Amino acid sequence: MSETLVMVGTAKGLFSLRSSDGRRGFEVHGPALAGEEVYATCIDNRGPAPRLFAGSVSMHWGPVVRSSDDGGQSWSEENRAAIAFPDDTGAALARIWQLTPGGADEPDVVYAGVEPAALFRSDDGGRSFSLVRALWEHPHRPEWNPGGGGLCLHTVLVHPTDPSRLLIAVSAAGVYRSDDGGASWRASNAGIVVTFLPDAPTPEFGQCVHKVARDAVDPERLYLQHHDGIYRSDDGGGSWTPMESIGGVDFGFPVVAHPTVGDTAYLLPLQGAEYRCTPDGRCIVWRTTDAGRSWSPLTDGLPQSDAHLTVLRDGFTTDGDDPAGLYFGTRSGEVYGSVDGGDSWRVLAAHLPPVLSVRAAPIG
Amino acid sequence: MHVQLRVPAALREGGGGHSVLSFDLDDGSTVDDLLDAIASGYPALERRIRDEQGVLRPHVNIFVGEENIRSQSGAGTVLRTGSEVSILPAISGGFDR
Repeated sequence: MSETLVMVGTAKGLFSLRSSDGRRGFEVHGPALAGEEVYATCIDNRGPAPRLFAGSVSMHWGPVVRSSDDGGQSWSEENRAAIAFPDDTGAALARIWQLTPGGADEPDVVYAGVEPAALFRSDDGGRSFSLVRALWEHPHRPEWNPGGGGLCLHTVLVHPTDPSRLLIAVSAAGVYRSDDGGASWRASNAGIVVTFLPDAPTPEFGQCVHKVARDAVDPERLYLQHHDGIYRSDDGGGSWTPMESIGGVDFGFPVVAHPTVGDTAYLLPLQGAEYRCTPDGRCIVWRTTDAGRSWSPLTDGLPQSDAHLTVLRDGFTTDGDDPAGLYFGTRSGEVYGSVDGGDSWRVLAAHLPPVLSVRAAPIG
Repeated sequence: MHVQLRVPAALREGGGGHSVLSFDLDDGSTVDDLLDAIASGYPALERRIRDEQGVLRPHVNIFVGEENIRSQSGAGTVLRTGSEVSILPAISGGFDR
């Protein structure tokens, strides 16, 4: 029976939840990287053995990307900084927000989304990364403004059948796409309303996109959680249309697509742009099975009173297994899990530091 | 001239496991020159002290003897033979963490 690993990046280090009994029980291990903020975690299963990545930042000693080839038992960093801005940019790496494997047929490619907003690409399995110049030099970039978390590139989606097609998202610049492996980029925010500007316009860029997820079956279908709206694209991000509102509560950070079932995605809405906690003290995951035309609340096992929780953009994930495992971590230090596609949930860990990122996959 | 660098425990892996490193520098060298020398031999140590643009990280203190270089000439502080340089994490708190 394979092991399931849930990597939990927190404000105080990296924890791992491990199950070797078919996801019936999970043991909590850690922290590794104690004292560091772990905003990016990644499980790369493309090679003969899983390679894990963690992007962390120490308040004193700065940011670093580390990898592990022994399932997280030990972590190492390269002697030379794996991710560093070139001298001529005048920029310095502040935080690593995203570490994403490249396409299935390019096993040495890894992408990193960072703050200040930039995309880096590795062609040697994450040992060294190079700045994707075309995005850094995009004429829009000087006009990008930071969201509350900083000017961060937090989402990297690689097209499953054509890895030269890339989609990234920046808060608060919006979605950008490349069809040539990153050699050129164009803003792709058509239809996304910016309610934090007068008259709620739909500018070419400047949207505060919080997260984007790709449908499991139709790779042109995308789900997007905006600052205060939820959208779907049926043309790979070329245009966006609003999904059915979830009771008027359309603020939130994460969006997760079911790993194998099409038209199925999950949201975890939060109350308003200021409060940013689960509405009415109830923790509800919402699921659509018709590509956002309707939503159903999932509450079994989730606290339904006095639960004022916050789940950040990378704090919700799936393990890609069948049946789908879903996991989310809160800023109050709980990790909830479901191994039946969201029908029921349970607490897998509690009393952890604030959870910043969660990634899960079967390993071994 | 000969200077010694005291490596904090948190950074010893990047410093080859040593608690003290010795460097031979030209007369008149500064803390910045010392950091360049560290970058040549121990890049994983140096990048924890300053970023890729050469800027000292804000929560890292460097002492030459008992003097914090922030109250002297910063990275331009001139070293002397026998100088003992210490890298220390600042006492930082009050953040939402």
